[in-house]
Amino acid sequence: MSAGTIRIALLGNPNCGKTALFNRLTGSRQKVANYAGVTVERKEGHFEAPSGRRFRVLDLPGAYSLDAASPDEVITRDVSRGHFPGEAPQDVLVCVVDATNLRLHLRFVLEVRALGKPMIVAVNMIDAAQRRGITLDLNRLQAELGVPVIGTVAVRKSGAAALIAQLDAQLPGPPVVATAPADFHIEVRRLLEASISMPSRTAAIDEKLDRIALHPVFGLVALSVLMFLIFQAVFSWAAPAQDAVSGVVASLSTWVTETLPDGPLRSLLTHGILAGLGTVLEFLPQILVLFAFILALEESGYLPRAAFLLDRLMFTSGLSGRSFIPLLSSFACAIPGIMATRSIQDPRDRLATIMVAPLMTCSARLPVYTLLIGAFIPRQTVGGFFNLQGLILFGLYLAGILSALLVAWILKRWRHDRGEHALLLELPSYRLPHIRDLALGLGERAGIFLRRVGGIILALTVLLWFLSSYPSLPPDAIGNALDYSFAGRIGHAMEPLFAPIGFDWHICIALIPGLAAREVAVASLATVYALSNENSDLVASQLSDIVATEWSLATGMSLLVWYIYAPMCLSTLAVIRRETNSWRQVWISTGYLFGLAYFASFVVYQSVRLWE
Amino acid sequence: MRLIRIPVQPVKLSELPKGASARVRQVDDVAPNDAIARRIRDFGFSPGEVVRMVALGPFGMEPMLVQVGFTRFALRRAEAARVLVDLEPA
Repeated sequence: MSAGTIRIALLGNPNCGKTALFNRLTGSRQKVANYAGVTVERKEGHFEAPSGRRFRVLDLPGAYSLDAASPDEVITRDVSRGHFPGEAPQDVLVCVVDATNLRLHLRFVLEVRALGKPMIVAVNMIDAAQRRGITLDLNRLQAELGVPVIGTVAVRKSGAAALIAQLDAQLPGPPVVATAPADFHIEVRRLLEASISMPSRTAAIDEKLDRIALHPVFGLVALSVLMFLIFQAVFSWAAPAQDAVSGVVASLSTWVTETLPDGPLRSLLTHGILAGLGTVLEFLPQILVLFAFILALEESGYLPRAAFLLDRLMFTSGLSGRSFIPLLSSFACAIPGIMATRSIQDPRDRLATIMVAPLMTCSARLPVYTLLIGAFIPRQTVGGFFNLQGLILFGLYLAGILSALLVAWILKRWRHDRGEHALLLELPSYRLPHIRDLALGLGERAGIFLRRVGGIILALTVLLWFLSSYPSLPPDAIGNALDYSFAGRIGHAMEPLFAPIGFDWHICIALIPGLAAREVAVASLATVYALSNENSDLVASQLSDIVATEWSLATGMSLLVWYIYAPMCLSTLAVIRRETNSWRQVWISTGYLFGLAYFASFVVYQSVRLWE
Repeated sequence: MRLIRIPVQPVKLSELPKGASARVRQVDDVAPNDAIARRIRDFGFSPGEVVRMVALGPFGMEPMLVQVGFTRFALRRAEAARVLVDLEPA
């Protein structure tokens, strides 16, 4: 950063439109990282004023008070005071307030003013205020507050011009009055009476929408329909993109195979690097589609409504209403699900949600379920019109959900922290999501996934390739290369441990490459049974026949149940590492998932054997 | 006619029926230095402020959606019970 750059920080209550203003000021010149030592997002951007002066902008986490109640608020408090280690003091604090919610937001302004630092108040969304017939006297407010007050409209192209002009012309000095009022609320009331007239306390549209959205019956129906549509979209929009990605990776792989001579390099490129890259990129469409919806729900103000509807149900089991969307996303894939837990401010609720997210049946488990159900469950109808195979599949999903609730409940019981964790959730006004903010948010998520998680997945895939390829089968030997490799040897060594749950060495070996992504387990099984893989449909049906004849029903059921818990998705573990910033959480998650999987498979295997 | 002043007992905000309005009397700490009570005060639940019970959650009538000032907050029952209110005369 050059010496002349001016450091400003945006701070304000949640839902004040701070991030939209940040996007308006800095455009795509943004950088997202974490604050040193914590998992709170640090968003930094740059812009250049017409005079050529350069500004560095920090988008501080939303806070209701400098009397911090969450890790986010601690960051906001310490950075704005200039106390945060490794963070230079700010030259100007820009306190953003929503023009339609001044009673709440002005209290925070008074708190910030009491810090005695140079500050500007940006009264955002003055367009929305005008539409609601609210009249604001910004000059009067400025005179009463003793700090510069500027109107902004973050969603309008020139909406931040006045703010930039003010910053460019002259940096503000410390506030004239820098003491805290005796009673914040009395002072806020005085300021409001002096500078604002408001025909109604809330927007009529909010009242109308909430009458449906929060209705005990219609609200839940609307939520279900919305979730159903999102799932449809994830599968119908993301699937073609995923197919396209795997198509491109497959043709690259073919090209490498045809170009390079047979050898370790070719194998590393096709089975290691390209396979890993394929896994990483195939996650991307689902992540993007899911996050597009999550961001739109968040921006529109619906997300807190969903949390409101479901809080009681989730709270009973030790979660919070805010856990709902992350857990729902985990049905597509636990990676975006765990990434979405960032919207849960309470660290304990967030951690509990991260812990149980892998129990939601993700789409990658479906190939395994399909194979095993096809091989072991007869196609028959029960109770008149229920398809038995469908019922079993439904049961597997349900078992995942119930286990998640149970695990969350046990976590709640066991925790040393018996403190009350509050909901205290603001339901903001409904807003039309702005396409530019959505696009920036999506780009940010994709970047985080590719940079922070992609590398780990790629490295692990290469490691697994190595384990599955070396030592290579001697040319004169007869047998299976996978069987001969380290992975094969590990698989054989694992057999005694897995014998009580009915897994033979074939399954044990297949579990190892399946660590990269759960659906790989099916392909690995085919490799273990030495099926040629020119026609994948044929392989699938052959594999199904082999599995049906070679395995007992008990083994099949045991493996099905194993996959409900499946502690074997390294990508999920990588994202847990990234989001909790702790290897300990990774080990705890792995350990408990493995324990649950083993226990459940053991019970199922032994009881089916008795019954057989 | 002589008006008789009946001393009105404050009620807990959590007991307010849906649609009813009341005036905040105080927010009580359930334990010394109660962070939740402090946050509720920060939200604008200050003495004399009018609050309205906007909606109740679909399960067990929880959480409760309370309007204070220009803002609506969802509070669990235990949170709302910290706020003592005087009922507004109908």
